[in-house]
Amino acid sequence: MDITSLTAIEMREKLKNKEISCREIVKAHLDRIEKLEPEINAFITVSKEEALEAADRVDEKIRNNEELGILAGIPIGIKDNISTKGIRTTCASKILENYIPPFDATIVERIKEEDGIILGKTNMDEFAMGASTESSYFGITKNPIDTTRIPGGSSGGSAAAVKAQEVALALGTDTGGSIREPASYCGIVGIKPSYGLVSRYGVVSMANSLDQAGPFGRNVLDTTLLLQAIAGHDEKDSTSMDLEVVDYLKHVEDHVKGMKIGIIKEYMDADEKVKEKVLNAIKVFEDLGFEIEEVSMPNLQHALACYYIISTAEISTNLSRFDGIRYGYRAEDFKSLDELYKKTRAEGFGHEVKKRIILGTYSLIKDNIDDYYKKALRVRTLIKNDFDKAFQKVNILLSPTTETPAIKIGEATDPVAAGYTLAINIAGVCALSMPCGEVEGLPVGLQLVGDRFKEMDIIKAAFSLEKSLGGVK
Amino acid sequence: MAYKTLVGLEIHVELSTKTKIFCGCSNEFGNDANTQCCPVCLGLPGALPVLNKAVVEYAIKAGLAFNCQIAKETRMDRKNYFYPDLVKGYQISQDDIPLCSNGYIEIDTEEGPKKIRIKRIHIEEDTGKSIHTESGDTLLDYNRAGVPLIEIVTEPDINSKEEAQKFLDSLKATLQYIEVSDCKMEEGSLRCDINLNIVDDEKGLKSNITEIKNLNSFSAVGRAIEYEEERHKALLEEGKNTVKETRRWNDVDNKTEVMRSKGEATDYRYSVEGDIAPIKIDEAWIEELRNNMPELPRQKMERFIKEYNLPAYDAEVLTQSKDLSVFYEETVKLADDPKQVSNWVMGDVLRRINDEGVEVKDLKFTPKDLAALLKLINEGKISNNIGKKVLREMFETGKKPKDIVEEKGLIQISDEGQLREIVSKVLDENEQSVIDYKNGKTKAMGFIIGQVMKATRGKANPQLVNKIVKEMLDER
Repeated sequence: MDITSLTAIEMREKLKNKEISCREIVKAHLDRIEKLEPEINAFITVSKEEALEAADRVDEKIRNNEELGILAGIPIGIKDNISTKGIRTTCASKILENYIPPFDATIVERIKEEDGIILGKTNMDEFAMGASTESSYFGITKNPIDTTRIPGGSSGGSAAAVKAQEVALALGTDTGGSIREPASYCGIVGIKPSYGLVSRYGVVSMANSLDQAGPFGRNVLDTTLLLQAIAGHDEKDSTSMDLEVVDYLKHVEDHVKGMKIGIIKEYMDADEKVKEKVLNAIKVFEDLGFEIEEVSMPNLQHALACYYIISTAEISTNLSRFDGIRYGYRAEDFKSLDELYKKTRAEGFGHEVKKRIILGTYSLIKDNIDDYYKKALRVRTLIKNDFDKAFQKVNILLSPTTETPAIKIGEATDPVAAGYTLAINIAGVCALSMPCGEVEGLPVGLQLVGDRFKEMDIIKAAFSLEKSLGGVK
Repeated sequence: MAYKTLVGLEIHVELSTKTKIFCGCSNEFGNDANTQCCPVCLGLPGALPVLNKAVVEYAIKAGLAFNCQIAKETRMDRKNYFYPDLVKGYQISQDDIPLCSNGYIEIDTEEGPKKIRIKRIHIEEDTGKSIHTESGDTLLDYNRAGVPLIEIVTEPDINSKEEAQKFLDSLKATLQYIEVSDCKMEEGSLRCDINLNIVDDEKGLKSNITEIKNLNSFSAVGRAIEYEEERHKALLEEGKNTVKETRRWNDVDNKTEVMRSKGEATDYRYSVEGDIAPIKIDEAWIEELRNNMPELPRQKMERFIKEYNLPAYDAEVLTQSKDLSVFYEETVKLADDPKQVSNWVMGDVLRRINDEGVEVKDLKFTPKDLAALLKLINEGKISNNIGKKVLREMFETGKKPKDIVEEKGLIQISDEGQLREIVSKVLDENEQSVIDYKNGKTKAMGFIIGQVMKATRGKANPQLVNKIVKEMLDER
């Protein structure tokens, strides 16, 4: 039996039934990491020792017949912009190359409380700025399906690690599509939760009004399991909503008949072959009893401009703390405080990061703030209104996740994930990407969008579609 | 003189909440460097601020005490700049929607009461502290990072250093009364910057505004205003003008120096602090705070004038500090004469407090002890002067006045026979003075009285000594 090919839930059940030990699960995955990493490079740091110790603790619990958490024994990868106590957290940047957080992000704490096993920290675009995982200080990550292609980004390491069966589940973060795009390119499931569902405490901010961490898995149920573990109010994050989290796993098979799906008109201009797969999925939904209609959201055309201004403005202030004074990289030669700042940041940040800091600073200076930042905030309201209106008519919005399947390494031209994903972050609603077919052996991603805190709607729909399409490939 | 001085003040006050503004770290002053820090107040990657409700409460109290409007909905903003003691590269503050706005403080001037308008009061976090050593190193202490502050900004309604002094006294007293800050300028829990210019309406002249920083006492504020008034005046009279700039007060040389010109002013690139949810203030909460507002200095002063028949000056001095006013009132309850108590509290007690730099609450004696002392005086057991000596002893040792008097044998000599004997002896020993007196040098009598007091170590009843010396001199 190849342990790594099991689903997360199967692994947990076999562990509970004492068919396999946690150490065996972890060893199998560590072996696979060792074998595949030279080619894939999904990890920045593999925390082998800690993982084995954690595995032994779970095995000990089983021996003592203690109650196990819902993630018991499941190997999990953590994107390297999520703080892990005692394990370096680099954001794939030279400036944090040797930064070791003294605390766990709340979502990491929750994974540990649920007996999940953290295998390491996954590669990403530097500070999550990118859509290809090519801007990492620690080298590019390759798509396990075709290693001449990118895994997508910015959470490309997490998506690739899950697809390559180096881990069963992984955490990513999504500011404009950074979970959904790599999920689409790697043919797995990724959920971008509603803003405020998952605690951001300990997640290094990129654009803090858009960022949400979320799960990757190889099927809907596994992915939902990780969401279940991390979702919920955190008093350390005042933007996390204080509401009861739905028991997703319990309701995943609830009936979907009569639910309405709106096809986003403005997002149906993808590559023909991709579109074909999406239309096929729509037909399956219809057969399953969903009502389908087309929805037009005219303000989506402004989403990219709005996203660029708001995200870069937030980036410019969020990344100010990396100044070489207290932690992280510091330039060696400097004659003044100003020079210390300038050299540290010039040498410590990569090109894309510097570009966005400069853009964001530009839109916040006195002469520009009204024309850029403040105007973008008003446009944001318009986009939100479009979503509100749409969700008065339908339960779920649908589009392709990306215009094309995974592209070749070096061919990505736009460092921001393509147009179909980022409006979702602007509106703060939830979305997932799931595979809905293949084009020339490359997976096509379908995006399902739900209203704020209506994750259950899209999970149910995704689960029913996945079943009809024949489950995991 | 046709020049008018316009002064606006910007005052930063550290709030005395138990914990910091965005985390659970202690807000205590004076502990070892970097012992009161956590990921949040150190701004570590991923750490998020959570607004301390007590900070909002304290700031609203201040707003209400200064007659401000309280915003129903507000938010926090980021003020961006780089400095090593600023851990995140931005300070979490408030930009265009301050928590409190449009208030005033009323002060007394020679022309009657005057309102100094308060433009706004907003909440923000303090920064860490840079300590520059002699060897040229900079040490950083982040205990202060995240200490809650309110920034109070006035309109340029202050026209003299006296008005500034009165405004600051009143502000400090009020903040202490409502128990939101200890306002210790020497510990940095109250910091004040000045914006000043002068205008001559007749000639249509106006100097450019200068900002003055680094003022470490109320007295420095006064001296800086005085210095700047003269500097602005001199420049205008030469047909020149001041430069719009920030100046630093040099307390040693008693003057201001250029710090930076406004041309180099930082663009703080204010943006929304999205990590903190918008702040909604419940009307009922404001009302509750309003209803629980304690008596404020001005109200107490007016009550003291009415209730104890005190001159306005006394009432003002006594109510300037909450602790002093309480001490006074406790003493009055046990004594006969409110004015006499006022004289003692304002005089000897306050002088000693100021000289020794102690707090009223740290006094070693109680209002009951002071009342007992006054009783000894009023009953003629000791003289006023001896009373002062006893108070000094009480101040130092905390012993009861009665015990001090007994121990040192300070009971007043009012026995006329005994006094006559002493006077007689003094007259015998000072024959020349007696002759001088007889020759019309009345001063000689004062000398004799002094000698008698000396002989009795001050214990002789002064009125009686006066009478006896005069009688006996006239008899000779």
